[in-house]
Amino acid sequence: MFNASLKQLSIQLADKKVSSVELTKEYLQRIKTLNAEYNAFITVNEELSLAQAQLADQMIASGQAGTLTGIPIAQKDIFCAKDWLTTCGSKMLSNFVSPYDAGVIERFNQAGAVNIGKTNMDEFAMGSSNETSFYGPVRNPWDVAAVPGGSSGGSASAVAARLAPAATGTDTGGSIRQPAALCGISGIKPTYGLVSRYGMIAFASSLDQGGPMAKSAEDLALMLNVMTGFDARDSTSLQRDEEDYARDLEKPLLGLRIGLPKEYFAKGMSPDVERAVEQALNEYRQLGAETVEVSLPNSSLSIPVYYVLAPAEASSNLSRFDGVRYGYRAKSYGDLNDMYRKSRTQGFGAEVKRRILIGTYVLSHGYYDAYYIKAQKVRRLIAQDFADAFKQCDIMMGPTSPTVAFDIGEKSSDPIQMYLSDIYTSAASLAGLPGMSIPVGFGDKNRPVGLHIIGNYFTEAKMLNAAHQYQQATDWHQQAPGNIGI
Amino acid sequence: MQWEIVIGIETHAQLSTQSKIFSGSSTAYGAQPNTQANAVDLALPGVLPVLNKGAVERAIKLGLSVGAKINSPSIFARKNYFYPDLPKGYQISQFELPVVEGGHITIQVNDTEKSVRLTRAHLEEDAGKSLHEDFHGMSGIDLNRAGTPLLEIVTEPDMRSSAEAVAYAKKLHSLVRWIGICDGNMQEGSFRCDANVSVRAKGSDILGTRCEIKNLNSFRFLEKAIDFEARRQIEILEDGGTIRQETRLYDANKDETRTMRSKEDANDYRYFPDPDLLPLEISDNWINQLKDTLPELPEARRSRYISDFGLSDYDAAVLTGSREIADFFEETSAQLPNQAKLCANWVMGEISGRLNKEAIEITACPINPVHLAALLTRINDGTVSGKAAKTVFECMWNGELEQNVDAIIDAKGLKQISDDGAIEKLVDEVLAANAQQVEDYRNGKQKAFNSLVGQVMKATKGKANPAQVNTMLKNKLDS
Repeated sequence: MFNASLKQLSIQLADKKVSSVELTKEYLQRIKTLNAEYNAFITVNEELSLAQAQLADQMIASGQAGTLTGIPIAQKDIFCAKDWLTTCGSKMLSNFVSPYDAGVIERFNQAGAVNIGKTNMDEFAMGSSNETSFYGPVRNPWDVAAVPGGSSGGSASAVAARLAPAATGTDTGGSIRQPAALCGISGIKPTYGLVSRYGMIAFASSLDQGGPMAKSAEDLALMLNVMTGFDARDSTSLQRDEEDYARDLEKPLLGLRIGLPKEYFAKGMSPDVERAVEQALNEYRQLGAETVEVSLPNSSLSIPVYYVLAPAEASSNLSRFDGVRYGYRAKSYGDLNDMYRKSRTQGFGAEVKRRILIGTYVLSHGYYDAYYIKAQKVRRLIAQDFADAFKQCDIMMGPTSPTVAFDIGEKSSDPIQMYLSDIYTSAASLAGLPGMSIPVGFGDKNRPVGLHIIGNYFTEAKMLNAAHQYQQATDWHQQAPGNIGI
Repeated sequence: MQWEIVIGIETHAQLSTQSKIFSGSSTAYGAQPNTQANAVDLALPGVLPVLNKGAVERAIKLGLSVGAKINSPSIFARKNYFYPDLPKGYQISQFELPVVEGGHITIQVNDTEKSVRLTRAHLEEDAGKSLHEDFHGMSGIDLNRAGTPLLEIVTEPDMRSSAEAVAYAKKLHSLVRWIGICDGNMQEGSFRCDANVSVRAKGSDILGTRCEIKNLNSFRFLEKAIDFEARRQIEILEDGGTIRQETRLYDANKDETRTMRSKEDANDYRYFPDPDLLPLEISDNWINQLKDTLPELPEARRSRYISDFGLSDYDAAVLTGSREIADFFEETSAQLPNQAKLCANWVMGEISGRLNKEAIEITACPINPVHLAALLTRINDGTVSGKAAKTVFECMWNGELEQNVDAIIDAKGLKQISDDGAIEKLVDEVLAANAQQVEDYRNGKQKAFNSLVGQVMKATKGKANPAQVNTMLKNKLDS
């Protein structure tokens, strides 16, 4: 059951082989048993989950079920969910019970899905290893000494450890794709604007995008069908016709032109990752696709640009956490400024403070033009690189992360090394393009390797098609860590 | 040395939308604290702003009314600073590309006309309110006002006296109400001015160091604050000192301005484009639609009153001081062709005077234009004298006899005596009884004539037509 696909679960629920309440209890029991080991969940609330499961069973009984009705879904703790503690991985929000549902949560609720718990994450989604969480590091189910990646590390770990059939994540510079790669699961960040940001706690508004994390491309498609859609409460949400992201899954790949950005295959990628990626590309060639070399000449600038723009937006987005209206407030303080200072000093962790400082600096009078404006200009060049390259190919592929999962503590004292973990993923984020990661084998220490797939705007169905066809021909995505008790 | 005062004004006009600029909360004034603040106004984690189209429409209308350029796109920017009544830690405003750019407003001071150039007008949200009383040493925060739409209208430093500044502020105040974008209620803070004041040697073309006086919420305070501030700066300069650039507050009780913060303490607001809001694009089509909804503007009406009605510059300016007054005047004069001057005198005189005295708006005037026109018709056809008409006016104001002019004239016996025979009889009686004055008049004493007219009028209890009495007396005396 715990290895079942969403489609299989849906059929079992529809056929009354299992009820949503039973399924939910099974997963709650697994979480109870195993979460201490992986620390994938910050909050589990049996009462709320089971109440939703009962509703789902009623929907199924009355013939109103959709594909995800009754299926437990883990929600990244960045999404506000009514009556749920919503912490964003921070002490700052360690007492914040949301009075409202995020757009994404609403859509899952309407679909009859069950919120199985709120997953751990890097504090305010700032991190690539899930070590910055106030709730402690998340562990990689493939090797508990390793990080799961971040910032959606809790969701990745939960899916890999089969603590949830699927999960939501958010991706600002790679936060869905990199942990998916490091945990050996599939994850997709859709085109910017497809998933509502309403109620998704903002890190860098122009980059943040929610997306699903699951065991297969097919599951991702079913998740996307629920998650995407216009939301008038988000001014950057796109008004588009509804589409079925699963519609092209079965198309053959014959003639698919896969662009291989030469900059992504240059130095920086570790040999074990390169081996797995090359093997995957060979598989694609055998499936009838052709590969062409393309170039993204400004790609080396994507990390510096990202680390100007994302902190700039974050420094402003996080100003609302001031201890005045909700969230953490220092126990004792003098005047107003002292209250701000102490509450924010005590409420935020080191990485969040570092980014607030960087962001405040680059927006300051006298530096704004040299950093923020310059970075915006380069951002446009990076987007233009992709536009040019997509003239020669249908989709692009490369490594998701330069290395397999590193050890907990290995990079936490070296922010630059940590930031380079997103070297392949941040460019697509800056361009607003969809990107995904699928498991394509194992590297050093038998840790998973992810293949990065970048699509042109709104070509999620094509990317999922390419991923699904690969997953029909291989079984990397079906492999589960050995010690998760299944 | 001769000094010149240089003034620029920034006005925050609260736009008359039902809901806030970025959320669906009500903007109604006076509700219980924090009852009109939803998740967006409270800046809960994850909430996002959605621009209110009505606020943009009002900004465009202002732009069209002052001959400004409507920018498309314009950009919303975040102005970052910490304050407890600023929930997000930033205010959404416009910085580099405001929605309205340029334009001008014409003012009249001492019979001179002057054009005040506008720099820009931009959309932004208001902050909440900090309440420092009644909380036992703590401060209370009321976020009802947070997110209220404001249009900040900024002038060039084109004004040279507090009188010009007040004339500008009044003109703008009248305009925003005229085009229906702001209720102009200064007591509730719907229209408040900041004055940038500097002084320089007369003839110099270099601007002096300026001080900004914040939140002047009456025309009188604007005038007094500028006068005080200019005097203060001149005194410092004459004593050999220099002006420190700073923000000052006007204390109405002490009639003085004092330092609020100096330039050195000024925040670095770290403006940057708000990534939650897309660039605001305004189509020509939308602009044209709004153009069609604009009423005839005060300047156009003023010219028309002068050219079509033959009114003086002064009368035309006063009548177009507000759209309601102008409408009242036009509705009155529509009933009385070719009597615009009479209508103007009554609207500006009796009506305005009485409204002022009772402190009510013309929209609440108990006498409507049709009733006023009925009364003026009776003056015009000689039924009542101007003096008697004021008595009728009084009765109408008080709602007597259903404001029926003729019924009031009859009931009060105010009909003017125009019967030649009746008047001649009285004239003869007066002449007979006042031989001395008749003698004086014939010896060239004009005063004696006035006295005789007065006596005839007195004998008719004021009901005779004075012009008629005049003519008749003159004829009899000179014959």
